[in-house]
Amino acid sequence: MSVGSRTQKNRLSGGQIDRDTALTFTFDGKRYCGHGGDTLASALLANGVRLMGRSFKYHRPRGPLSAGSEEPNALVQLRSGARQEPNTRATTAELFDGLQARSQNRLGSLSCDLLAVNDRLSTFLTAGFYYKTFMWPKAFWERVYEPVIRRAAGLGSLSLSEDPDVYDKGFLHCDLLVIGAGPAGLMAALTAARSGANVILADEDFRMGGRLNAETLTIDDSPGADWAAATVAELAAMPNVRLMPRTTVIGAFDHGIYGAVERVSDHLTVPHPDKPRQILWRIYTQRTVLAAGAIERPIAFPNNDRPGIMTASALRTYANRYGVAVDRRAVVFTNNDDGHRTATDLHAKGITVTVVDVRPETPRALDYEVLAGAQVTDTMGRLGLTFAKLRLADGSDRIIECGALGVSGGWNPNLHLTCHHRGRPQWNARLAAFVPDIRPDSRPDSRPGGLPEGMFVAGAANGDFSTAAALEGGARAAWAALDLGGARPEIPQAEDRPVNLLPFWHVKGPGRAWLDQQNDVTVKDVTLSHQEGFTSVEHLKRYTTLGMATDQGKTANLGGLAIMAELAGKSIPEVGTTMFRPPYTPVAIGALGGRHRGQQFHPKRLTPSHAWAEEQGAVFVEVGNWLRAQWFPRVGETTWRDSVDREVLATRGSVGVCDVTTLGKVDVQGADAAEFLNRIYCNGFAKLPVGRTRYGLMLREDGIALDDGTAARLAEDHFVVTTTTANALPVYRHMEFVRQCLLPDMDVQLISTTEAWAQFAVAGPKARRVLEKIVDQDISNAAFPFMACANVTVCGGLRARLFRISFSGELAYEIAVPTAYGDALIRRIMEAGAEFAITPYGTEALGVMRIEKGHAAGNELNGTTTALTLGMERMVSTKKDSIGAVLSRREGLNDPDGLRQVGIRPLDPSAHLPAGAHLMARTGPVDAAHDQGYVTSACYSPTLGHHIALAFLKNGTNRLGETLRLVSPLTGVDLAVEVCSPHFVDPEGDRLRA
Amino acid sequence: MIIDHPLLGPRDSSEFTYMGDAALIDRPDPEAEDAAQAFYEYAYLRDNPAGWHRELWFHEAGDRSWLVVTRNTLTHEISKVELARDVARSRGRSR
Repeated sequence: MSVGSRTQKNRLSGGQIDRDTALTFTFDGKRYCGHGGDTLASALLANGVRLMGRSFKYHRPRGPLSAGSEEPNALVQLRSGARQEPNTRATTAELFDGLQARSQNRLGSLSCDLLAVNDRLSTFLTAGFYYKTFMWPKAFWERVYEPVIRRAAGLGSLSLSEDPDVYDKGFLHCDLLVIGAGPAGLMAALTAARSGANVILADEDFRMGGRLNAETLTIDDSPGADWAAATVAELAAMPNVRLMPRTTVIGAFDHGIYGAVERVSDHLTVPHPDKPRQILWRIYTQRTVLAAGAIERPIAFPNNDRPGIMTASALRTYANRYGVAVDRRAVVFTNNDDGHRTATDLHAKGITVTVVDVRPETPRALDYEVLAGAQVTDTMGRLGLTFAKLRLADGSDRIIECGALGVSGGWNPNLHLTCHHRGRPQWNARLAAFVPDIRPDSRPDSRPGGLPEGMFVAGAANGDFSTAAALEGGARAAWAALDLGGARPEIPQAEDRPVNLLPFWHVKGPGRAWLDQQNDVTVKDVTLSHQEGFTSVEHLKRYTTLGMATDQGKTANLGGLAIMAELAGKSIPEVGTTMFRPPYTPVAIGALGGRHRGQQFHPKRLTPSHAWAEEQGAVFVEVGNWLRAQWFPRVGETTWRDSVDREVLATRGSVGVCDVTTLGKVDVQGADAAEFLNRIYCNGFAKLPVGRTRYGLMLREDGIALDDGTAARLAEDHFVVTTTTANALPVYRHMEFVRQCLLPDMDVQLISTTEAWAQFAVAGPKARRVLEKIVDQDISNAAFPFMACANVTVCGGLRARLFRISFSGELAYEIAVPTAYGDALIRRIMEAGAEFAITPYGTEALGVMRIEKGHAAGNELNGTTTALTLGMERMVSTKKDSIGAVLSRREGLNDPDGLRQVGIRPLDPSAHLPAGAHLMARTGPVDAAHDQGYVTSACYSPTLGHHIALAFLKNGTNRLGETLRLVSPLTGVDLAVEVCSPHFVDPEGDRLRA
Repeated sequence: MIIDHPLLGPRDSSEFTYMGDAALIDRPDPEAEDAAQAFYEYAYLRDNPAGWHRELWFHEAGDRSWLVVTRNTLTHEISKVELARDVARSRGRSR
């Protein structure tokens, strides 16, 4: 007797489990024992536990329906604490020592769920129940109905803690991707690998081999599972093969790109410290063999959802692969020969079997009882199956005691990935199943459909259900996919039994017969939906929620379609199918996010003075991807305003310094550089002399302002253009568009140099005194006047660029050095400025000073403003063509009553002006119809001692001095304000030119 | 998607930025009498075909060239990739 086997009352001999490894685990707090190679479901069944969950709507007791990823019922919550993971399929959860699992969607215990009362109310809870019932009173939906329904219906719960695990993304390339490692996939991989091709073989299971692990059939006279293991071993030893077990290919994307999720650590108690939990792979391949197998579908009959009732192949898998008898007395309900294979295998394991076959003619059986022409009409057993009620061919009823009921309604090829490029499956009447549309791609190119390019389908996924056909199909698919020549590969010998099936979808009679067990959709719901006119398959799906659960109806959809077809008097292909879309199985959000979370959500860009600013205790703010110093608090300052006011006053009083590296910089070079800028900016640049800088406004082609900045002419054929921080990328993209697409023959080259130069603004009356100590050349007002620019050297020879431009309105310079010297330069500037008490200032002080000067920034360039709005209409040259010039002359953009930028100040000097507040006439209604404009930027001006704001006001230019109401109903603001010039400080610009 | 860049070979579409209809290359003559109407149509009216479409892609994370990609919007099949500069010249644009 192997370890831990005493408690496993339903454990049989044989199977692909490691009996020497005993794994203990808990389910709802109770301890159980299983073995290596078990899933949670197989281990629970071995311990006699069939009840694993409660259904979504009626809270019916449920056990596993399958032994694979198509599972609708056995959804459990795994692990605890931050690693708690809801809605995991017990049928695929690989058992590990110490696994904690809990059932979900219950109130009370699993065996005594108080919400099972819903099942008694089922007459009312039919399709469309919510739509019909909770209509009145309207206000009740959000406050009463939805919270109650959400609590009652639903699946597992999240831990609400941060996920402690790491997820990653990866990229792989191969000649051939093989999806599925059953007989067809293994044969395809082997054929391709032996030819020398680079092969990736991916399978969602932790053990490769597919159905071969669950069958008793032989290949070349040895057990199929042994052949699979030997083939996997041969592939594993080849350097050109990458085996990817525990990897689900979730979608076929464009141009040979496949998405796959590898569960690297889900079978471990805690992930290895150097490994992620899951990896989302992007696999690039020219050719793919889809060998994803098939899924057995159930037959609907009254009370077909009790624990112990599952697909016949699942019973077979539990017996053959896991050595587990779901119960020692089993019934198989079938419409095809495959059900008899289950009966044979179960019988061989010592299980008593009765086959209920709907067909009048059935295969002969010596070992087990066969009831031809019979049907299962009902079942009994509160928390698990105890009896099945049959109607025999002669019309009489019979009740059989059984704890396991295997249902086989035929097999559906797993063709999901063949439809990801809008391929539509084809109906195969012999199989009574949809098969992939593999017609050659010769149709008119405007009509999409068919297989994704480069995809070949083999084995059961292609409707070839015998082992021999799978092996042959796999080899042939690889052969064709890689266009291999030479001798055909040898195909091993295997069974080649045909499919014998009588299409049969549901047993008629009273009682609820489930189609979609996860969403609790019954035959009655489909009938009702048809009666109410939801006859399109897409409407059926949405009205009943058939196939909309996490399993996407893998075992349910065809049954629903068949019943729809029956009701409508159509054939199944006439009713059609719904679309299959990625992902094939649910994907954790963590895997989709990968490493892009927390600090790594987006790249972080640091300014050249970052380390220095940190030393100064700066408070940082994210501006795009940049981290910029927002202000520099000093001891004794209690609010941000204290710091910002001090920085502004110190700069205006003496001198301040600010890192402005983040502003976009574009180097423009070439003989046509000036003419190029003439087209880019609405104002003229052709005549800008060398050594001078000019403010420029760029428009979009529709006449709206795109961005503003300066262009400095360093040489006849060399300009440096600056952009706002936020628009650095879009402006560069736009300039390249104009250069390449509109003016292809201009001699001009562009390069973004934002990160190549560290740039500092030095502003204030003492700015020149500071920079004289750093710049090697003469920068006196005569030699280097306002708007001058030059290539200079600093600190005795380091190349630098100097611009006499000002955003603050003070005497100011911007000085740039190669980025590597940025840190050294800021320290040198601070040293040189010490005697003037130079003050570093951040983005807040920068913002205050530009508002005081009335300079537009991002708040004003908001995608609705024109040059006219900004008071710059005279800048739009009419003597030349530039982007946006024609449409800026449109009547609608030149309405005399349109918005114009103005300044605003409160009549009560202590009042605070909120940005976003709207301007209204002094008397009259306050509503959108009487809106006069709105505040774009507002701040406290330490220079003036009261709040100020920039605003857009209708016909604003002609309303200076007028008193208006500033209202913000949201924040309760209602103030009297005066319209004034937006140039609050030094309107004549004397300080600039000092 | 993979875009077969004429200079750099096949590149992942995530390296590119999309700007839509390549008709943007055909900027109207601002001197023409009907310039206002022509620019209005140029700026605002776009075809949105179900099928073949010539569109502009910018290789932003690459060599910064604008490409004209002929792509089937139904199947994402790409039949032709050209440098936008060559297309612009062939359509008579110069300076």
